Amino acid sequence: MSGLPLLSLAIWLPIVGGLLVLATGSDRNAGLARPLALVVAVAGFLVTIPLYTGFDNGTSAMQFEELRPWIQRFNINYQLGVDGISVLFILLNSFITPLVVLAGWKVIEEKVAQYMAAFLIMSGLMNGIFSSLDAVLFYVFFEASLIPMYIIIGAWGGPNRVYAAFKFFLYTLLGSLLMLVALIWLFFQSGFSFNLLDWHALRIPLAAQILLFLAFLVAFAVKVPMWPVHTWLPDAHVEAPTGGSVVLAAIMLKLGAYGFLRFSLPIAPDASRELAWLMIALSLTAVVYIGFVALVQADMKKLIAYSSISHMGFVTLGFFIFNSLGVEGALVQMISHGFVSGAMFLCVGVLYDRVHSRQIADYGGVVHTMPKFAAFMVLFAMANSGLPATSGFVGEFMVILGAVQYNFWIGFAAATTLILGAAYTLWMVKRVMFGAVANHHVAELTDINAREFAILGILALCVLGMGLYPLPFTEVMHASVDNLLKHVAVPKL
Amino acid sequence: MEMHPYALWVPLAPLFGALVAGLFGQTIGRAGAHWITSLGVAVSLALSWLIFQDVDAGKIYNAAVYTWATSGGISFQVGFLIDKLTVTMMLVVTFVSLMVHIYTIGYMAHDEDNWPTDSLAGKNSYQRFFAYISLFTFSMLMLVMSNNFLQLFFGWEAVGLVSYLLIGFWSSRPTAIYANLKAFLVNRVGDFGFLLGIGLIAAYCGSLNYGDVFALSQKLASTHIELIPGSPWLLVSVVCICLFIGAMGKSAQFPLHVWLPDSMEGPTPISALIHAATMVTAGIFMVSRMSPLFELSDAALSFVIVIGAITAFFMALIAIVQTDIKRVVAYSTLSQLGYMTTALGASAYSAAMFHLATHAFFKAVLFLGAGSVIIAMHHEQDMRRMGGLRKYMPITYLTVLIGALANAGFPPFAGFFSKDSIIEAVHLSTTTGAGFAYALILAGVFVGGFYSFRLVFFAFHGKERFREAPAHEAPGGHDAHGHDAHGHDDHGHHGPVEPKESPWVVTVPLVLLAIPSVIAGWAMIGPALFGNYFGGAIFIAPEHPAIASMKAGFHGAFGMITHGLMTPPFWLALAGAATAWYLYIARPDLPAVIKQKSGVLARILEEKYGFDRFNDWFFAGGARLLGRGLWKGGDQALIDGLAVNGSAKVVGWIASIVRLFQSGYIYQYAFSMIIGVFVLLTLWMNRA
Repeated sequence: MSGLPLLSLAIWLPIVGGLLVLATGSDRNAGLARPLALVVAVAGFLVTIPLYTGFDNGTSAMQFEELRPWIQRFNINYQLGVDGISVLFILLNSFITPLVVLAGWKVIEEKVAQYMAAFLIMSGLMNGIFSSLDAVLFYVFFEASLIPMYIIIGAWGGPNRVYAAFKFFLYTLLGSLLMLVALIWLFFQSGFSFNLLDWHALRIPLAAQILLFLAFLVAFAVKVPMWPVHTWLPDAHVEAPTGGSVVLAAIMLKLGAYGFLRFSLPIAPDASRELAWLMIALSLTAVVYIGFVALVQADMKKLIAYSSISHMGFVTLGFFIFNSLGVEGALVQMISHGFVSGAMFLCVGVLYDRVHSRQIADYGGVVHTMPKFAAFMVLFAMANSGLPATSGFVGEFMVILGAVQYNFWIGFAAATTLILGAAYTLWMVKRVMFGAVANHHVAELTDINAREFAILGILALCVLGMGLYPLPFTEVMHASVDNLLKHVAVPKL
Repeated sequence: MEMHPYALWVPLAPLFGALVAGLFGQTIGRAGAHWITSLGVAVSLALSWLIFQDVDAGKIYNAAVYTWATSGGISFQVGFLIDKLTVTMMLVVTFVSLMVHIYTIGYMAHDEDNWPTDSLAGKNSYQRFFAYISLFTFSMLMLVMSNNFLQLFFGWEAVGLVSYLLIGFWSSRPTAIYANLKAFLVNRVGDFGFLLGIGLIAAYCGSLNYGDVFALSQKLASTHIELIPGSPWLLVSVVCICLFIGAMGKSAQFPLHVWLPDSMEGPTPISALIHAATMVTAGIFMVSRMSPLFELSDAALSFVIVIGAITAFFMALIAIVQTDIKRVVAYSTLSQLGYMTTALGASAYSAAMFHLATHAFFKAVLFLGAGSVIIAMHHEQDMRRMGGLRKYMPITYLTVLIGALANAGFPPFAGFFSKDSIIEAVHLSTTTGAGFAYALILAGVFVGGFYSFRLVFFAFHGKERFREAPAHEAPGGHDAHGHDAHGHDDHGHHGPVEPKESPWVVTVPLVLLAIPSVIAGWAMIGPALFGNYFGGAIFIAPEHPAIASMKAGFHGAFGMITHGLMTPPFWLALAGAATAWYLYIARPDLPAVIKQKSGVLARILEEKYGFDRFNDWFFAGGARLLGRGLWKGGDQALIDGLAVNGSAKVVGWIASIVRLFQSGYIYQYAFSMIIGVFVLLTLWMNRA
């Protein structure tokens, strides 16, 4: 196994496969495009499994490294590698892709090959982001991954898709321009290196660190998204097709958070400590403010989108309290959020496919016509509310513990999510799933079919499995997180 | 530290039953579901009994089952601690649960009538109900058997989940799904405090295992933290108060009691099992388990005793104006939970646990008895439409009478011993606030005697009113307001009913629970309170002498009865019962007159002191108002309106480019573009 360039496979297998799917052309060949896409997606997941099974938990060093010169004039390399922070996201990403392909199986009837290809290519690109150790390579993947998502929203989205796709693009593109400036500055500072690991060792004066930190902050905060640059997300989710929402919530939001760990914290550790108060304040605002906003949403997708922002607030909070419970809790929360928010969006998709409405008011009493679906939805809703024995609990619990350790009142503010998260999630569940059958649309609903059952069932197993036994996830992280925290604790002015 | 070989099977047996009945309910059918779940719980009860033998012989089991996660130097484990405290709870939980399983076979036999005709969720509701109550039993066992705070919290929330599912079991009813959401959210308020307490423990002890934490209790008691700068608090006080806030949610203590009365929307078997006998006592159990911490904080104990006493008295008062038979029992439960909490504050943990056990029996009898009446009355719950039932359902009547006698605390019934011990312990307690608490719980005895016998006389004696017109059409009925209206289900209730005794699956559990309601008191008081039954499981600091002083004055159960006849509680309870007799048997015309005369007072009680209204208005309404304000004002007006769209007037012209997307094939170019970027960059850059 060790001979295979696993990371390259994880990146290029879906991309090349995606191009093949694209080559099947028009919808006359949709019957070929779909199974081909599924095969590519599953193969894409299978090649990432050795990354976990062969992973050495004992070291914080990069593993499965690949290094080839790419653009020698600027010392730009095709350099890949993963550590305990990034490896799980490659698995998560590759795992979600087959589910997304399955979710779009019947619903997408137009431009099928293009739709499937977009997701496959995006999946490969995002694996590239999580494994790049060269800043230019990272940047190229980071920007390139925007394009398929932009297209997915723009081409298969809802009525207001142009506004949403544009808002998404504008926000994220403007954000990353500043990052590009920072990258170029670092290139010169480091004596013409784009190697991230070189940059981690770089000594930088505080003022410069703070500027760097802010430049990265803009880029990553938009992606996470952090308050107050979050307003693109609800619009993007509402307009995106179900699969788009799933990938957006499950993987794309993690890119920004990952950026903090790979760039901001190790490159500008002193600035990170200086500005931690700001990050904590923004994170808690996301948890509390957005929790209240989620409560009053009338559109299910918007509600879940706001809930995502609130949950991501936990992630950034965990990063900037600088203890292992916080950082590891945040990482666990990112994985769990991938399962749970993905599942929630799929649930809304199941309803939308049947009734063509996302408005809470258009539903009521769904449990009477779709009992199997209701069982899944209640489970995922409970996970979204952070119920123990679901994955949603693990990260929240660890971050709250870490926060109390850091400062009681920060833990206090964070723990309000126990109440707010349950309130907005379960209130929605109450209005949609329970009560008397609301109208003839609900009365005519048919319960989930085998394909939908399989998708939701797999996610349900993930949610429960991770909730009951998160050790396999936390174990992978220890060495890298400890190393990162040690690194951040030492001034490098 | 070793693990009892049967320990793991105690929770797993009901879990297995729950999974089979829940996932394969359709296949195994109704009988399959009730057999497999009941057998699971029976196995659990039998194994608990075997474990009890070993624990009684002096052994303590404490070991991890598996490591859940590790982080920050803390190893989070799932594991069991089985000592006297645990095994007592295990026996109570599995016994009551088994009785409720059997009872449910009768109670839910016609559950399809409770669902809209074409509801698919109603198809397997019988099997699902059994799956839920077995899942509850599993969760509750995990809670009580835990040897660490993590698993405690797991069980804590899991029982909350099942409670949520069961209160809202009849999910087509608006009142039920209002009540279950309310229950979950109010409990979350408690859990919020609970989790912060756990967080503090993790931060300062570096472990969540009981053993490690208790070993460091002196450190907690000598550390001060300044939550508000300038006012240092003893860490152990903050921790205990946080933990107790969790108990206030789960055990429905004032002001987090509001969810419990509404939880009566659930089917009656779970009112007995979850909302009377077991789940709501989790808070009492937890505080007893944490006695090594609570004992070190006088502030926390005072907080506990005051909250408990307020709950005990003021909730009992509400019971006297309720006309719904289940709600009377519900408020009575609140009051009794208040008694237990008061005992905790008086450092009389064993008395609290003792009352927990006796209460589990007699309150289950009262609830299941009420359920038996409800079946006979074709799902009528309003006592104004009952009366004279004793000659139609003698077994139910007798068992309810026993329950009422025990609940009111008449000797020699079980409640007498446990309640009297609590009152005596509070009397002797030196905790600040004990005097206040003593006055309230003593007054509560009169009220308890009154509402218990009001129920008996109102429902089982006097004029037979069930052939008359529905009471809630009568003017002045108080159940007209809002969603708080009573949860009768009105199906199948057309015209007068002819009540008859319930089938044996209902009456046998009633009898089996009535027996310990009679004898558990005198059988258990000696060892439980004064015989060092709980051993090292409960710690009492030397400066809290209540139980020790009581021990000196204790001369056996019989002595306690004769002594009890000369003390105020007995006479107060008797006076309460006599008043009930006077008002509901001798002069049944009087209650209406009194109600009219007492005007505001009656209204305050009927409004339940206005908590529900206030919470709906302030918390639920306020949160929505705030949410809308932040959304419209913050997100839409400020961020999007000013910042985003303002700067994006550009949207106009870029949108004209974007329009290309609608026209067709640009995405294919875009794909090629991504790849092209790589290829071109590579070629062009490397050319020179």
